[in-house]
Amino acid sequence: MLETRHIDKYFLEPVKFHVLKDINIELQKGEFVSIMGKSGCGKSTLLYILSTMDTAYEGELWIDGDKMSDLTQNELARIRNEKIGFVFQFHYLLPEFTVLKNVMLPALKLGREDVEGIRARAMEKLEILGVSDQANKKAYRISGGQKQRVSIARALINDPKIIMGDEPTGNLDSKNSENVFNILKTLCDSMGMSLLVVTHDIDFAERTDRIIEMGDGTIL
Amino acid sequence: MIRFPLVFDISRTHLLSKIKQTTVASLGVTFGIGTYIILMGFMTGLNGLLDGLILNRTPHIQVFNKTTPSEIQPVERFNKATTDLHYVHSVKPKARLERIHNALPLLSELRRHQQVKGATPQTTAKVFYLAGANKLNGVLNGIQVREEIRLFNFKDYITEGDVLSLVRRKNSILLGAGIAKNLSLSVGDRIQVMSTNGTTFSLLVSGIFQSGLAEVDDVQSYISLPMAQQILGAGRNHITRLHVKLFEMADAVPLARTIETLYDLRALDIKTANAQFDTGSDIRNLISYAVSITLLLVAGFGIYNILNMFIYEKMNDIAILKATGFTGTDVKWIFITQAMVIGLLGGTMGLIMGYGVSIFIDNLPFITEALPTIKTYPINYDPLVYISGVAFALTSTFLAGYLPARKAQQIDPVEIIRGQ
Repeated sequence: MLETRHIDKYFLEPVKFHVLKDINIELQKGEFVSIMGKSGCGKSTLLYILSTMDTAYEGELWIDGDKMSDLTQNELARIRNEKIGFVFQFHYLLPEFTVLKNVMLPALKLGREDVEGIRARAMEKLEILGVSDQANKKAYRISGGQKQRVSIARALINDPKIIMGDEPTGNLDSKNSENVFNILKTLCDSMGMSLLVVTHDIDFAERTDRIIEMGDGTIL
Repeated sequence: MIRFPLVFDISRTHLLSKIKQTTVASLGVTFGIGTYIILMGFMTGLNGLLDGLILNRTPHIQVFNKTTPSEIQPVERFNKATTDLHYVHSVKPKARLERIHNALPLLSELRRHQQVKGATPQTTAKVFYLAGANKLNGVLNGIQVREEIRLFNFKDYITEGDVLSLVRRKNSILLGAGIAKNLSLSVGDRIQVMSTNGTTFSLLVSGIFQSGLAEVDDVQSYISLPMAQQILGAGRNHITRLHVKLFEMADAVPLARTIETLYDLRALDIKTANAQFDTGSDIRNLISYAVSITLLLVAGFGIYNILNMFIYEKMNDIAILKATGFTGTDVKWIFITQAMVIGLLGGTMGLIMGYGVSIFIDNLPFITEALPTIKTYPINYDPLVYISGVAFALTSTFLAGYLPARKAQQIDPVEIIRGQ
């Protein structure tokens, strides 16, 4: 599903620094994998490369059988839209839009369905995550835990192949993080999505299928 | 592929959520376009008025007898071959008749010319206005009044009385306003004039003529052409000036040259006669364009600033949109659309404001001695000004939006997300 071959990454400023050294990982369909490591070990950097947002690296990235490294920015945007769902540590909703609109936007961009179909599906996703009653509120008016669930709903809207998370529970209390973990786990099992989550939370990580441990830019 | 309905939807939400900034930005455009329209309407209206005042009333070509010394003196013809330098002291102009030789055939020849809209004959008679024991200097112009009205807006000069009375009664006179005041005459009174050969005529004041120039109004009056010829004791062919109006003012210079070469006459074109007026008109136009463009530029910078601010506030949104699959081009168009909406909104309000204030100015009283027929400030409602105003609003907002929007297009979402 997702594979990296000999990925190297350098930061050029303030001084040249070798952040990622020869990273080779593989993610199977339906697998729930967490990446752990100390702060500054490069795990977030790796996630941004895997997400196709960061293109300044050496080596190859393959997603769903296609090589990403040669695609243009617009083609990569399409891949992110269609195949990858994101959950960030901070909730990253568009504050002036309604919760429902936030979930709908990636699907409207993809344009596979008409607006009514997208609206129905977005409501369905919000239902799954238990926040459908918030659908018509503006995104800045709901609580942190609710925001995180809305952003998971948004990540799911286009039925992506992979869901990536950067500390998705990092900002939540234990009850909410338990909730988020269960939601992700269920999705992984029932829909066959692959999940790749960067986390500090050892309890969270231990319950995933596999832990990739990182240190100093390499996989341990 | 860009989905414009979606782009528009996102832009609309952004604009509505920042309704205050949107309004301020639109108002910037409104004032820019509004003042542009007011200024242009007022300035071109004023220019049109002055054009009407001078250009429309001035003949494009005036033909009269020239009284200049001959350029080639007889001695030069006689001794042409020699290399001697001839020097003639105190050269005097050749004695000439005041009337134009063969004026009537020349007049019909001019009227047949395809560039000529019309031509009028005039006979000038120098007279004294008699008032008790006083004799005031005066000039009577004999005119064909209908042609003068048609070609040179003669009617605009008449402040009182009936201009066509010249046609109905041969001995009526349109008296200069200055003379009327000095001799305390009004419409319906009689005035005695004495011609240079001593004959006295009694004329009926049937109207008051006012050009706005005191030196003209104190001296000149208008009578019918036959009456002027009668005062001079001359025949129907006694004509001292021809006034020519062309379809195109630009043809005046070459045609005047042609007339001068064909006939032994002086032909004065309007460019030469009113050189200073032309320059004044050009400079007024230049100033109004310069001020208008400055206004629009200031509005453009206002939009640029506000959109730049929008984009800084929306960094997170841009990062999210890009992370969830929107392309840089989508993001660029989201912000350009916002700029264009501001431009369209502000431009439309500017049109309304410009039109409204123009109507207001148009109704302000503007009474001046010099312009008897003008009662309010002149305004030009040329649609071209309104069209160009909106066009400029849209172009400038597009440009002012394009630069910040391109910056938004190039924002790297990773940097924003990491930065949190």
